[in-house]
Amino acid sequence: MAADPSAPRMRLDDDGERVLHLGGRLDLARVAMLQQALAALPAEAPLAVDLADVEAMDTAGAWALACLAARHRAADQSVTWRNIAPGHAALLDTVTQALPQDTEAAPPRTSMTDRLEQIGRAAFAGLTFLLELLTILGLFADRLVQAVRRPRAFRLTSLVHHCHEVGVKAVPIVALMAFLIGVVLAFQGSSQLRQFGAEVFVVDLIAISVLRELGILLTAIIVAGRTASAFTAAIGSMKMREEVDAMRTLGLDPAQVLFVPRILALLLMLPILGLIANVAGLFGGALMSWVELGLSPGIFRTRLVEGISATHVLVGLSKAPVFALIIGVVGCHAGMKVQSNAESLGRMTSAAVVTAIFTVIVANAAFSVFYAQIGV
Amino acid sequence: MQGSDIAIRVRGLCTRFGTHSVHEGLDLDVRRGEILGVVGGSGTGKSVLLRTIVGLQRPAEGDISVLGTDLARASEADRQALEQRWGVMFQDGALFSALTVRENVEVPLRAVPGLPASIRRALADLKIAMAGLKPVARGKFPSELSGGMRKRAGLARALALDPEIVFLDEPTAGLDPIGAAEFDTLIRGLSRSLGLTVFLVTHDLDTLHATCDRVAVLAERRVLVTGTMAEMLDVDHPWVRDYFHGPRARAAQADAAAHPKEKT
Repeated sequence: MAADPSAPRMRLDDDGERVLHLGGRLDLARVAMLQQALAALPAEAPLAVDLADVEAMDTAGAWALACLAARHRAADQSVTWRNIAPGHAALLDTVTQALPQDTEAAPPRTSMTDRLEQIGRAAFAGLTFLLELLTILGLFADRLVQAVRRPRAFRLTSLVHHCHEVGVKAVPIVALMAFLIGVVLAFQGSSQLRQFGAEVFVVDLIAISVLRELGILLTAIIVAGRTASAFTAAIGSMKMREEVDAMRTLGLDPAQVLFVPRILALLLMLPILGLIANVAGLFGGALMSWVELGLSPGIFRTRLVEGISATHVLVGLSKAPVFALIIGVVGCHAGMKVQSNAESLGRMTSAAVVTAIFTVIVANAAFSVFYAQIGV
Repeated sequence: MQGSDIAIRVRGLCTRFGTHSVHEGLDLDVRRGEILGVVGGSGTGKSVLLRTIVGLQRPAEGDISVLGTDLARASEADRQALEQRWGVMFQDGALFSALTVRENVEVPLRAVPGLPASIRRALADLKIAMAGLKPVARGKFPSELSGGMRKRAGLARALALDPEIVFLDEPTAGLDPIGAAEFDTLIRGLSRSLGLTVFLVTHDLDTLHATCDRVAVLAERRVLVTGTMAEMLDVDHPWVRDYFHGPRARAAQADAAAHPKEKT
């Protein structure tokens, strides 16, 4: 910068009257130098600024001059401009008028009470969230009863559509996932059990873990990923484009139109998907046992029928409606929370998936404890 | 008219999307320091023309030179230098949604070497104030602003580097009449005090009356006619006549006659 011939030049004459002679280019590229030099000037006496040698001025240069003037005004000293070009005068005027008056206070330090307040707010937000989820659940139940009383209000076409989307279209991925889980269980189980010569118990291992826990849990996780996000995206984009508000003005109930078909479809489809997962898991396990241990399908079947009680299947499938409600309610709730920008749609969609999966896993753990306590 | 008085020179511009031709042999001159309003019916390629001049769209044929630089032949470095000398305000502001208003305005300022953060902030705040936004808007995100405020923030960002030319795409669309009139005054005031050349795409007859020195009418895939508002009234072309003599035009005209814009 030292070699820059257009660098701002300044000279202060102080014989009776303070006159600051400025020259060079007062522009954005050189404003740092200019501002530094001007800030060093004390504001204790009136100042005249002679701008005769100024080659160019932009808003940055004018800003530096306006700051100088503001500093003098604050100290009750006058600043006058001399030999200012008309264009520069207009610019300086505009900048002086627009110059922000306030100097922002530093951000306040967070005290202990602030932290406590934050914790309180977070806890309150958590409770509100649970309450809102319950509200959606209540709305769903209420509108479902209403639909039973007045079947005309019920949207059958919509229900069938969502059953197709949620259920039928999820069959391939759910079946493949469960099949592979069965394969992995058989493979890992057989290599461990072979050490004790207890290969045949691989059937019990596969059957109990798939039927009781893994079949329905992993199905619910996949459905949460697929469907909760789809619900949020669909309802959320309708919310974003004010379609939900339009529905209300047309006398349509968003809960009846949007929630009931979706959550009901999940409620109907998730047990079926769980059943398919069970069958596919057992099939995968049987196949792998045959390949790995030479356990023929006949023996597998006999062992399965004789050794495993149907309670396991019922215990597994009894969780399906609860998981379905969780996924549906979380997805719909997140959709209704979407605001009028695309960013919140993306945020709520991913939040819906995370919340749904997390809640499903927590519920599954609660079920495990519950069934262990009652000894089923 | 000398060559150096022309800020933007467009010659023989053709823009095509597949087989659909938007401009055929379009010529346009924008003089330094003037506010040129570009009008035309929907789909006549006003915004496309703006996007082509700033290099967001490649023309099929034709020459565009901005501030003496030929865009098609300029080197990458020349293009970048040129881009510092213009600012573009998009229709909805096109603010970066992850940044606050102040951070948005600071984005172009970050490219200036040796500019301390404190001065960068102060200059951003100044531009925000010059665009007519209150200090509370600085820390807000674009999604928290109204449409008019987003436009103002977009203008503040376009003005951040003190450009010589500002491109404005429909600056008053979607604003209420009071907000639109304020925006007109703002544009005119800034253009006068900063010596800006303004290329303004608009539908708004009030804006044309209140701000523009000259008007260019886009029709039949070229610039049909350019001239002052008074000259537009004498043009004998069906669309131009309907546009400038329609009921809305008359109202805007009467309004402009009642409040003449200050001359400089």
